[in-house]
Amino acid sequence: MRYNKGELLSLARQPAEKAAEILMRVPKKGSVLKKRLVKLVVNFLFYFRTDEAEPIGALLLEHCRITKEEENVFSISFLEDPERKYCFECASEEQCQEWIEALKRASYEFMRRSLIFYRNEIQKMTGKDPLEQYGISEEARFQL
Amino acid sequence: MKLNERSIAHYATCDSPADHTGFLRKRVERHHHHAHYHHSTSYQRRWFVLKGNLLFYFEERESREPVGLVVLEGCTVELCEAAEEFAFAIRFDDAGARAYVLVADGQAVMEAWVKALSRASFDYMRLVVRELEKQLEEARKSLAACCKSPRRSSSSSRKRHLSNPALLPLQEKPALLENGYSTWGSGGGSVSGGAACPDHDEGHVKPPPLPPRRRSAASSAAGSSAPGLLLAMPESPVSPETACFSKLHSWYGQEIAVLRREWQERQKREHP
Repeated sequence: MRYNKGELLSLARQPAEKAAEILMRVPKKGSVLKKRLVKLVVNFLFYFRTDEAEPIGALLLEHCRITKEEENVFSISFLEDPERKYCFECASEEQCQEWIEALKRASYEFMRRSLIFYRNEIQKMTGKDPLEQYGISEEARFQL
Repeated sequence: MKLNERSIAHYATCDSPADHTGFLRKRVERHHHHAHYHHSTSYQRRWFVLKGNLLFYFEERESREPVGLVVLEGCTVELCEAAEEFAFAIRFDDAGARAYVLVADGQAVMEAWVKALSRASFDYMRLVVRELEKQLEEARKSLAACCKSPRRSSSSSRKRHLSNPALLPLQEKPALLENGYSTWGSGGGSVSGGAACPDHDEGHVKPPPLPPRRRSAASSAAGSSAPGLLLAMPESPVSPETACFSKLHSWYGQEIAVLRREWQERQKREHP
């Protein structure tokens, strides 16, 4: 699958919502935990070798499940293959929880659901559709 | 750079709602190896699917896997001076990045795509959500104020709202909200709202927590993270952190309106 790599690399250089050095293990046979610089930008999680400017890889965070594993550890897996897990071992339980919360909210789909929720609530309370003033009320992606 | 391609392809083809779909012709970009290389422009018809900030394209509408993907962050969408009618381009702030030139088969189709793509960025969505959060907060406050007055003829459903746990402060975290899992699960491993969300009565879900905040992009004056605004605007680009969503939104509208006018004038000149 082709993709605009240049743009993704550029995105990887943007200010991140969250970034930290975390031990990471990919779901490949025989793989071990390795220290990585992990960076969350929009709905992508980039991971770098700690001394390199270009990321090794990126995970698109749509249709994924963030699971708390054992202490300090969480995993990311995807809808079509939930047993295939990317594991992250944090320095502390607190850091682990922060990342779980941040990653759960980091998808476009999550924002869409939030938007639909707020729109619906506002409409119920005020009788008005808040999206109308922006001219986007008919767009398919904002429908309940 | 590795990508979780299988998951991405799955996301592209699953039945979660697409924001826009349709056939477009995509210009083929060729590398010129020779000085005398005669390059003729050719186009390939592809089926395009826009989901969030990702534009997928397939060889056929029924293809099970996308041929390619365009990540729509840090780009502008503009009508373009191609030999083709109804052409528009997705261009990136990145100097070296190539543009994607796409051709629609009619004016309305083109405009719909330009509109959809211009608003596809994550930042745009986040701004809309924040704006609505604020509005909801304000609506709750004014409703609470109103309901204190005894003459208020609020319906019982409104009263129920106020006592409904769903109206607890926005920082309240939902019991279990996973990234798209619960809504689009194809059965199997999906988490349905059921046991995990005790407030799920009559569709009243706990409000989702605030989306994460992007660290200020104010330092990046070129605003490469600012979605699609950086054409010929003389003023400084609006940082995605701006609270004034309506201003940002009308800038998008202005840009499209200007380009549309230019296109129409050009059409008049060329086809009197």
